[in-house]
Amino acid sequence: MSSLEIRDLHVSIETDQGVKQILRGVDLTVNQGEIHAIMGPNGSGKSTLAYTIAGHPRYRVDSGSITLDGEDVLAMTIDERAKAGLFLAMQYPVEIPGVTVSNFLRTAKTAIDGEAPALRGWIKELKSSMEGMRMDSSFAERNVNEGFSGGEKKRHEIVQLELLKPKIAVLDETDSGLDVDALKVVSEGVNRVKQSTGLGVLLITHYTRILRYIHPDFVHVFVDGRIAEEGGAELAERLENEGYDRFLTGSTVG
Amino acid sequence: MSSTIDTEKPPIPGSAAHTDGAWTIPIQSRAERFASAEHADFAEVTGRELEWRLTPVESVRDLIDGALDGGRFPTVVSDAPGVSTEWVARDDARIGGAGLAEERAAANAWSSFGEALAVTLTAEDFTEVTIDRTGADRTPRAAHTVITAAPNARGIVVIDNRGSARLSENLEIVVGAGAHLTVVSLQEWDDASVHLSSQFARVGRDAVLKHVVVSLGGSVVRVNPSVHLAEQGAQGELLGLYFSDAGQHLEQRVYVHHDAPSTVSRVTYKGALNGDGARTVWVGDVLIGRTAPGTDSYEQNRNLVLSDGTRADSIPNLEIETGDIAGAGHASATGRFDDEQLFYLRSRGIPEQEARRLVVLGFLVEVVQKIGQAELEARLLDAIEAELAAVEVV
Repeated sequence: MSSLEIRDLHVSIETDQGVKQILRGVDLTVNQGEIHAIMGPNGSGKSTLAYTIAGHPRYRVDSGSITLDGEDVLAMTIDERAKAGLFLAMQYPVEIPGVTVSNFLRTAKTAIDGEAPALRGWIKELKSSMEGMRMDSSFAERNVNEGFSGGEKKRHEIVQLELLKPKIAVLDETDSGLDVDALKVVSEGVNRVKQSTGLGVLLITHYTRILRYIHPDFVHVFVDGRIAEEGGAELAERLENEGYDRFLTGSTVG
Repeated sequence: MSSTIDTEKPPIPGSAAHTDGAWTIPIQSRAERFASAEHADFAEVTGRELEWRLTPVESVRDLIDGALDGGRFPTVVSDAPGVSTEWVARDDARIGGAGLAEERAAANAWSSFGEALAVTLTAEDFTEVTIDRTGADRTPRAAHTVITAAPNARGIVVIDNRGSARLSENLEIVVGAGAHLTVVSLQEWDDASVHLSSQFARVGRDAVLKHVVVSLGGSVVRVNPSVHLAEQGAQGELLGLYFSDAGQHLEQRVYVHHDAPSTVSRVTYKGALNGDGARTVWVGDVLIGRTAPGTDSYEQNRNLVLSDGTRADSIPNLEIETGDIAGAGHASATGRFDDEQLFYLRSRGIPEQEARRLVVLGFLVEVVQKIGQAELEARLLDAIEAELAAVEVV
């Protein structure tokens, strides 16, 4: 069973006003088959954690470690992390003109598996995954995310999750901007993938809404770059009723 | 109460003579540019002229001013139904039908060519012609070509330039009423070749010209298409694709003249630059004349910079002389590789080199896919892939 371990992680970014420290000692373990929700107010560092795990060059790790099954993730390039079994569903998926969804997915699948998928089985798998996410098959021949609505982009992220079969997935505010129907489709997709592959999920969200459809085993409250409180699903219910106010005694967020 | 509105227009800056005496008034409109078939009619080129200031003039001096061999350029024209090909004398009536030289190198070629290659399409069924030109040496040469599409003819003409050459040429394209013609000028010269090409097109009533410039090989390649939408309903789609490597100069100066009602033009040029001294120039002039109400026009140029040490000039000019137009716009953007696109692809396991290849291909493929000839499109994609293989990961 795979395990993503984050230990005492400190991360900063370069801004126009100089170096800004964002993560201030994060400790977290996500095992395959578990669902962890990370909740917190805007600016608390949730997305920074997501991008740092994926290896975005903007984020500088000052100290601490991230390992996947004991392997040093921080020493891996971006694509090596994906090959090792990590996946980031992005909050704002990027448009790539001139590259079709089908070409993109096949190229990614080939890179991750180290060999091209058998054509027939692959086409069937792609079709069934897109159907499951209520994406018309015509999307396969459209350019990656180009002209997609917000909901279509998010559903396309989950199609990738299903096809690339990572061990641990980070979902960065996948729920934001979705209407309730799209939210259900996306949530069912995540649950389906977890069911079939034993995926471990790190679900980053501002709202408790998505937790009605994807049930977390653990809830972590993120405040000011570290985990302020941890608990089970009941903690999410409490946040739903009380909000983040009690964590924000005169600190960073206005 | 009398009107107090002053109807006198202020003079256009630079349009009046200076009080200190001798001063040449600059040309105010693209349409006023001087044209002639005679080399001697043009002033000597200093390299500071509007037409030449972005070109490495000393590298092409022999083509501007030197003696040019006017013999037939090594050419093979494919046989195709409904197409006639002949070499014609300088006094043939077709010559000069689409335009005249507008600068000294083009005029040098016009003064020097011996015979012109005339390719005429008459078939109403779609036909394909390839003009294969494989240069064998570096003798400075002149060439003249006239491509004519008879009324209602349909077809594509691909001019396939390879080998070694120092060539200054004029290409005339006459598109008869109702004809649909595609002309592709493909430059895949060897690394040391120099090519200056002025291409003039006249598009007749309700006719459609698709004109494509693809410049990949050569040391200095300058292709200047000038399209005259001369009669009502004429349409021009002008496409360009270029990939400049270290030390390579690829230039294109595009001119579209809307000169009749309800004419339509679309100009899309895309280029990539990679390596020290890679250089591209795109100038896009569009003139919508008083004679062209209801015009619809849009031009754009995009450049993708893949390494340090490159320079891309991109200069769109739009001149509108009538208030009654359906649309007119232009856009230009030159940018580095989008790191977020790269991150997205790599986060899906795609290695950096492959991710860059996908993004650059994706950027250029838009133009390739508009050519509308599958074989040529496939060949161009291969050629771009070969260019990309030389791009190092930065």
